Amino acid sequence: MSPLPLFRRTLVASAIALGVVAPVMAEERELLNSSYDIARELFATVNPAFKDHWEASHDDTLSIKQSHGGSSAQARAILQGLRADVVTYNQVTDVQVLADAGLVAEDWQQRLPNNASPYYSTTAFLVREGNPEGIESWDDLAAEGVELVFPNPKTSGNGRYTYLAAWGAAERAFDGDEERVTTFMRDFLGNVKVFDTGGRGATTSFIERGIGDVLISFESEVNNIRQEYGSDDYEVIVPPVSILAEFPVAVVEDNAERNGTLELARDYLEFLYAEETQRLLAGFNYRVHDEAVVAEFADQFPETELLKVEDVFGGWDAAMEAHFESGGRLDQLQRR
Amino acid sequence: MQRIGDAPALRRLLIGAAVALSALFLLLPLVAIFAQAFSQGLGTFWVNVSDTYTLAAIGLTLFITALTIPINLVFGVMLAWLVTRFAFPGRRLLQTLIDIPFAISPVVAGLVYLLLYGRNGWLGGWLDAHDIQLMFAWPGILMVTVFVTCPFVARELIPLMQAQGSREEEAAVTLGASGFTLFRRVTLPNIRWALLYGVILTNARAVGEFGAVSVVSGAIRGETNTLPLHVELLYQDYNTVGAFASAALLALIALFTLAAKAGLEWRAARREALA
Amino acid sequence: MSQRAAGSRLPLPFPGRTQRVLPGFGLSLGISLTFVSLVLLLPLTGLVGQLAGLSLGEYWAIISEPRVVASYAITLGAAAVAALVNAAFGLLLAWVLVRYDFPGKRALDALMDLPFALPTAVAGITLATLYSSNGWMGQTLAPLGLEVAYTWVGIALAMAFTSIPFVVRTVQPILEDLPHEIDEAAMTLGAQDGVAFRRVILPHLWPALVTGTGLAFVRSLGEFGAVIFIAGNMPYETEITSLMIFVKLQEYDYVGASAIASVVLATSLALLLAINLWQGRFIRRLHGGN
Repeated sequence: MSPLPLFRRTLVASAIALGVVAPVMAEERELLNSSYDIARELFATVNPAFKDHWEASHDDTLSIKQSHGGSSAQARAILQGLRADVVTYNQVTDVQVLADAGLVAEDWQQRLPNNASPYYSTTAFLVREGNPEGIESWDDLAAEGVELVFPNPKTSGNGRYTYLAAWGAAERAFDGDEERVTTFMRDFLGNVKVFDTGGRGATTSFIERGIGDVLISFESEVNNIRQEYGSDDYEVIVPPVSILAEFPVAVVEDNAERNGTLELARDYLEFLYAEETQRLLAGFNYRVHDEAVVAEFADQFPETELLKVEDVFGGWDAAMEAHFESGGRLDQLQRR
Repeated sequence: MQRIGDAPALRRLLIGAAVALSALFLLLPLVAIFAQAFSQGLGTFWVNVSDTYTLAAIGLTLFITALTIPINLVFGVMLAWLVTRFAFPGRRLLQTLIDIPFAISPVVAGLVYLLLYGRNGWLGGWLDAHDIQLMFAWPGILMVTVFVTCPFVARELIPLMQAQGSREEEAAVTLGASGFTLFRRVTLPNIRWALLYGVILTNARAVGEFGAVSVVSGAIRGETNTLPLHVELLYQDYNTVGAFASAALLALIALFTLAAKAGLEWRAARREALA
Repeated sequence: MSQRAAGSRLPLPFPGRTQRVLPGFGLSLGISLTFVSLVLLLPLTGLVGQLAGLSLGEYWAIISEPRVVASYAITLGAAAVAALVNAAFGLLLAWVLVRYDFPGKRALDALMDLPFALPTAVAGITLATLYSSNGWMGQTLAPLGLEVAYTWVGIALAMAFTSIPFVVRTVQPILEDLPHEIDEAAMTLGAQDGVAFRRVILPHLWPALVTGTGLAFVRSLGEFGAVIFIAGNMPYETEITSLMIFVKLQEYDYVGASAIASVVLATSLALLLAINLWQGRFIRRLHGGN
């Protein structure tokens, strides 16, 4: 007996495979959007709207492709040759890496309104029904016995925002007294029960595995989670002081030029600022800039003071170097 | 004639322990996958499975597997023939080299390919200038899949061919058999099960490879997103049922492969018994 | 004269000069070397290229960072436990599958390959679901005071799961090939099962058992997908070395990632070489003794 039947089966399978893949490769105008991992449904909603918008004023048919993953890994793929036309990330640093490599315009943050961030969010808390630990703000999280779940700042941008928000809030509360900030951060990090590698893992730990008293993540995320997993079992707490989390977008000029999609790519990103799109975005619990939409959704987003990374830490580069690199503040705080 | 461990009590105890432990460690996770996949009913499962992107992912995964198997089959047989039938300097080293994919973490395996063929890689510049896209396209996925699965066939064949020795083949050569006839008539019948097992392992790993593929795929939906990557994406995006539906498909492919192997073995065993 | 050298009439160090009996030396050598060079070695130059820019001191600083060193200990420890558990489990399963007939045996046999067939990430998600405090297994074990998910035990469990087939599949064929007379003789002489097994069977299985256990250990060292979901990933407690590599990659630190990866790679390769040498010696001894 030879392995012929198996071989024949795989041949048939490959024929089927070609059949399935081929239609996707058919010729039409294409745009590849490299995005972060939890934006799948968001862009599944936005893309058809843009397709209609574009095709109304152009003759060609448009096909928008999506690539999703952790935003650092996504940027790394582009650095190594993934031909994405636009990036829509949840980390300023990941777009900056591309700008530093000359793939994205140097002044990308000035090319579109609001630092090229069509929507934004902040870091908020999800607690269990009735808020048994009485969590209201960041200093409650360092109290003894409070168990926290948020993703590892080393592997996740979401986790970095949480860390910086806690640091910024503590610096404000203790008036910049470095020793007290350090003690607070040590207690805060010491309360972490699980360091998942990404936001999704942290959510699973908190919701499905019942670990911890507080899940810390983007406000958009915690709201989505609450809607997804039953709004009666959880409460969203937006602390009075938190951090501004921008969701930056940019055209990957190098690739777009090569693919002949410059105009299309720019149009796509500008479309994210249009009123109808902003309404869609707000529906996914992101804070937006369009005034009409802001007024409509006012109840959904409590007023809170949003610290800027530029103001508190002197920009992302400085924050990364001082806090997250090997041997930085985070490593020191976690050292035993 | 009595053999070791034939006492009924001991026999029952050992079988019981083996079955119980296997059920606990192997069967339970399998059941859990299907339980999750069908937790919202057959309809939801079907909607998830028949999704355009899921279908494209299935197609790509099968396509890559179909290409990987023949490549590694040829290589595995050639290498096993070489190291078990001839003595030459560096034989042992060669045998260890093919174990590199076992020794290397899949993520690192993907990384080394990226560092070589990616835009900033040693060969990447040349490829980019000639507009050849290997990474973040199916050739890249194929390359890393071949890499991580290349030891399986060889590793199955080498110990067996070593143990069997080459007397039968030498006799055949003396009787005037040519190279291909020799392989088909003498070697192949002796190694077919090991070969088949190697192919099955290659198949299983090629279908399921995640770490290495995730580095070089670019995860473009409908184009370079394989089924395991699709599972990860859906899971990350809070579509747990969808993720487990795709995971169940992978588990089904796995079960089908295992069943095919068991069936073939059974047929062969029966034929041997009859003969 | 050992069997493995039978291809050449004279075991000269330069094979081209001897008259070979079997055909295909040139063809198989050509294909094998081309494949090994292109598929295995060429990509590794990328890794070497990354490390070339480092001085020895810098390299040492990266790989001896306390948190990384802690991850070595955790990874090695958990992999060792996983390998030993698999040695016992694999031996039991191989024995039961070869020696006994019972209903469902074929299914049980097929089930052994499941961990290879199942994508590791799927295994990771599933194990974490099962063993978390509100999962099926977690609920059962919690009253016993045993916490699996997010502890060191969970890491070992995930590693053990992904490497189950190694021991079973290396021991099984050896056990099948053992002639009946061996243990019948022992039993006729009135030895007890345990004693007879240890004295008569185990010496034959020993090399395969070590090989399988060694392979399981090596596989566990590099495992990432399955472990990451069930490990708590707490610094100094439940962080594995693969995660350290992953962290470096997230920081765009290819050099750091390559440095740590090279440590894992070197360790694994050394172990595999040792296993191969051991295997070769065993085969020689087996045939030399005949």
